[in-house]
Amino acid sequence: MLPDSKIPEGPLADKWDNHKFDIKLVNPANKRKFKVIVVGTGLAGSSAAATLAELGYEVDAFTFHDSPRRAHSIAAQGGINAAKNYRNDGDSVFRLFYDTIKGGDYRGREANTYRLAQVSVDIIDQMAAQGVPFAREYGGLLANRSFGGAQVSRTFYARGQTGQQLLLGAYQQMMAQVDAGKVTLHTRQEMLDLVTKDGEACGIVTRDLTTGEIKSHSAHAVVLATGGYGNVFYLSTNAMTCNVTAAWRAHRKGAYFANPCYTQIHPTCIPAADEFQSKLTLMSESLRNDGRIWVPRSPDEQRRARDIPEAERYYFLEEKYPAFGNLVPRDVASRNAKTVVDQGQGVGPLKNGVYLDFAAAIERDGLDKVWERYSNLFEMYERITGEDPRETPMRIYPATHYTMGGLWVDYNLMTSVPGLYACGEANFSDHGANRLGASALMQGLADGYFVLPYTIGDSLAGKLGTDPVSTDDEVFQAAEADVRGRIQKFLSIGGTKSPDYFHRELGKLVWNYIGMERDQNGLEKAISEIRALRDEFWKDLRVLGNTDTINSSLEKAGRVADFFELGELMARDALDREESCGGHFRSESQTEEGEALRDDDNFQHVSAWEWHDMDTPQTKHAEELIFEEVTPSQRSYK
Amino acid sequence: MSTTLNLTLQVWRQDGPDAAGRFETYQANNIPDDASFLEMLDVVNEDLIENGKVPIEFPHDCREGICGTCGVMINGRAHGQEKGTATCQLHMRKFNDGDTIAIEPWRAAAFPVVRDLVVDRSPMDAIIQAGGYITAPTGTGGDANDTPIPKEAADSAMDAAACIGCGACVAACPNSAAQLFTSAKVWHLNSLPQGQPERYKRAEAMVETMEQFFGSCTNHGECSEACPKEISLDFIAYMNRDYIKSKRFNRKLAGQG
Amino acid sequence: MAAPTLARGKSAQRPIRPKRRELPFPLNLYQTAVGKKWVMAVTGLMLLGFVVFHALGNLKLYLGAVEHNGEAVWDIDLYGEFLRELLVPLFPRTYFLWLLRFGLMGAFALHIHSAFTLTRMNQSSNSRYQSKRDWLAANFASRSMRVTGVIVSLYIVFHLADLTWGLSAISPDWERGEIYNNLILSLGRWWVALIYIGANIALCIHIFHGAWSMFQSLGLNNPRWNSLRRSVAAGLAGAILLMNLSFPIAILAGVVEAGEPEVSLESNE
Repeated sequence: MLPDSKIPEGPLADKWDNHKFDIKLVNPANKRKFKVIVVGTGLAGSSAAATLAELGYEVDAFTFHDSPRRAHSIAAQGGINAAKNYRNDGDSVFRLFYDTIKGGDYRGREANTYRLAQVSVDIIDQMAAQGVPFAREYGGLLANRSFGGAQVSRTFYARGQTGQQLLLGAYQQMMAQVDAGKVTLHTRQEMLDLVTKDGEACGIVTRDLTTGEIKSHSAHAVVLATGGYGNVFYLSTNAMTCNVTAAWRAHRKGAYFANPCYTQIHPTCIPAADEFQSKLTLMSESLRNDGRIWVPRSPDEQRRARDIPEAERYYFLEEKYPAFGNLVPRDVASRNAKTVVDQGQGVGPLKNGVYLDFAAAIERDGLDKVWERYSNLFEMYERITGEDPRETPMRIYPATHYTMGGLWVDYNLMTSVPGLYACGEANFSDHGANRLGASALMQGLADGYFVLPYTIGDSLAGKLGTDPVSTDDEVFQAAEADVRGRIQKFLSIGGTKSPDYFHRELGKLVWNYIGMERDQNGLEKAISEIRALRDEFWKDLRVLGNTDTINSSLEKAGRVADFFELGELMARDALDREESCGGHFRSESQTEEGEALRDDDNFQHVSAWEWHDMDTPQTKHAEELIFEEVTPSQRSYK
Repeated sequence: MSTTLNLTLQVWRQDGPDAAGRFETYQANNIPDDASFLEMLDVVNEDLIENGKVPIEFPHDCREGICGTCGVMINGRAHGQEKGTATCQLHMRKFNDGDTIAIEPWRAAAFPVVRDLVVDRSPMDAIIQAGGYITAPTGTGGDANDTPIPKEAADSAMDAAACIGCGACVAACPNSAAQLFTSAKVWHLNSLPQGQPERYKRAEAMVETMEQFFGSCTNHGECSEACPKEISLDFIAYMNRDYIKSKRFNRKLAGQG
Repeated sequence: MAAPTLARGKSAQRPIRPKRRELPFPLNLYQTAVGKKWVMAVTGLMLLGFVVFHALGNLKLYLGAVEHNGEAVWDIDLYGEFLRELLVPLFPRTYFLWLLRFGLMGAFALHIHSAFTLTRMNQSSNSRYQSKRDWLAANFASRSMRVTGVIVSLYIVFHLADLTWGLSAISPDWERGEIYNNLILSLGRWWVALIYIGANIALCIHIFHGAWSMFQSLGLNNPRWNSLRRSVAAGLAGAILLMNLSFPIAILAGVVEAGEPEVSLESNE
């Protein structure tokens, strides 16, 4: 059974306030008696650890990086939304909520999304107080820009490094609590299992990545802030070590995994240059404001881009969507790029990209103006590809960027395992089937700063006077034994292929069958091929070296093993959801113009998947989405 | 169009913090010149695994120049020869076919080698922990626009805050000093109105923590040259000024100039 | 401050030099490297001031002889007497000069001591690269500060023995107060001139980095005039070198010669 989502009663605007009043509180003097484990130190994890410690809880924070500051939140470029209405352009909490729920194609929870919009304003206040050097106007007040097609300017930013600056703010706040002795920081410790007793989360098992030590940690509550699973695609804009392991281990211990098929593809990434490519680099979407996207009409085109006459160029977005042109939403732009590349019209040595051409903008506004706007992106592009976008058009191609799906959580951010919480990208809650630009940072910080620290008290209050389960307890011993067994298994297979090989092959399957466009045939194939590859993985994996030192092959093997299981679940979820919505496009379900066609009668729900065992496919629990304030409508960008 | 390179690598291999290290020579063949430096190492590692040899451990993560995880000495230069570029953003087209490349971990007494090219940079976290923050518990911030900050000052703070904490400044310094890293954080916070109440306490605590681990600054300027974010040496001067002031400044007089 | 709670086994847990108890102001400044660098900059500035005035004073060599109280005297000898009589009658003769000398000696001692202890600190912080380093910003001057510093210190001892104390082993013809003749006779010997020129080149290199570095150590930094700092340092080092090198060259070339001062007294009457 799916647990109650605990969405409060009352009008949408009052739900959060009512809930804050209704939930149980922990007396300030008692907070120090509670121990909380926070796994992950990105925006959500750092801010949660810092805030919980400030409130008085004893916090243990875990990161597998050498420093909390390395978490991948750091790579977010664009900005963070907040309904401050500083521009006086008609923004409001309701408008931000509405844009977010609509952007998510009406597959998010109204109450969660509204709360996100509500606390967005507090985040900016908090981060400014932390000394985050947001961009400012000459008058000294905060600057804003419009981002990702939003019709109001509500995005706050710090150059092209907003994620970095916000993460450093949260990291520093957490380090202050480390100094105060309220947070114990564990670096280079990877969570390899969740431990439950009587169905409740009571701790985790970690591996020290430098010494190989396997250790148990117990607490009254466990918070996972371990990010998304975009790396299942192998090539993505995620960092190399981003993984699903913590969330997946929790899933296997009873936490439901919600909407795994909702993945976001970002249209303006630099295409892979060769087969050794390890990751893709994202460039700000703002490039589409001035760049024109095209491919040669002929698949056999050999000429250089500049030498191809206008008549032989196919400006596919401008032709198909005259109103929005190159500024159609991310998923539409991405899907159309894939279509032309699949038709053989791709450009570049591997014919795996489309042109993004600034010649017209340079002619219209002059090179200086264009350079002023995009110099940092042009330089980044040139550094990576060796081509100057002023001379020859950029080549771009979509890449996986963010995953909206994640662990199912209730309104308190608690998963289906009591005592286990998930925040940030690791949960599924706020973005529906697609995420708006500049909303990921917002959600991570909202969860960590302003939601979880309140809601966690509700379950902790009942545990007053109890000690955390001892790490000598048999549940911990059993979990440690499992972890050790798994590690020994990886080292003892003694096959011929590296974890990277399997990851790359898995990525191809996921990208081809569960990528931008999915259909029944492909998804069924995905399931069987992923299973076949997984069997090969367990037979032919080669992990060299020892376990008592850094061994990134060994780390990778564990992560890839979990990606196999996740990839299969993604396919199963995508197969089950016979509609198109947001980032999930089923070719069987589209309008006559080729747009995503939702099926609200049958799929206006969250799919939460319950793990059984390796041989039994997960079963689905549907949480109906009830829209009280907004009426789902069909998107159109014609 | 893309061409390929054949290279000879001399890579520092060390089995653990207490093991003796040595250079080992590897051939990196048919490396596409579009590959990044780290992708070149990936290829070498795949090759090693195929031949049953333990792959090289090297630090890396985001591979887009922002997380600060990566960083090795490449032919005697921190992050290699490209100015303002982290190792992950260095591409093989900057090398020539037939080159020999020496790859060494960061060296500093406070950065012991963990394995191969990976070092322990935790003292940098200790410096931040000592005072690299503004005490503003969650929820205590007033409206963000209540404190205007001149654009130029905010830009200067951002210039300093751009530091990615990779440790190249320490690695490049002949004294293994962490002045550039520390001063960047000191100035980021000390230049903002929000940072004023703790200004001198912060400078004092961070400098004195830094000196427990790192050497002293002799103003060579190697740090700034090696810095992938091209952080300015000016911040070191600002930090020195605030530190000296912290020793004679009576904080009861704060706010009186 | 609570004890750091970073997980065990990390190098952050093992400071190379744990913090010591803080001494009272201003000694606490000298306990830290940044403070020592500040002291080094301040004492360097004092020594630099001495070098500049020393060179300027020596330029009086070229003014030859002047009439003083109806007698012909070498101008530079007169200047020497002026220094001995500084702030007379507030201080008895030579007292203030000795005060300045003690100040300089103190500055010198602190400059050397801070350099010595900082060098030790840097050596204990460093672990050497096994492959060849490639320097980008560190120039010859900045990397040779310790060498040039030692050369200049040794030379100063020699220079004092030669021209201030007049050790007969070094300068047999030396006579107290005869600055003009002592200088010319000493630098007129090629080997003394050679030592002198070598030491001054070392001094110039030392000042080239030191005078720039001083601004950083003192925290004197304003982007409006930062670009001038290198030029100021180079100009200063160059000017001092030019002045100082001119003396042995002029002496060896015979532009100035030792002897009795002569002035045509008639023209003054």
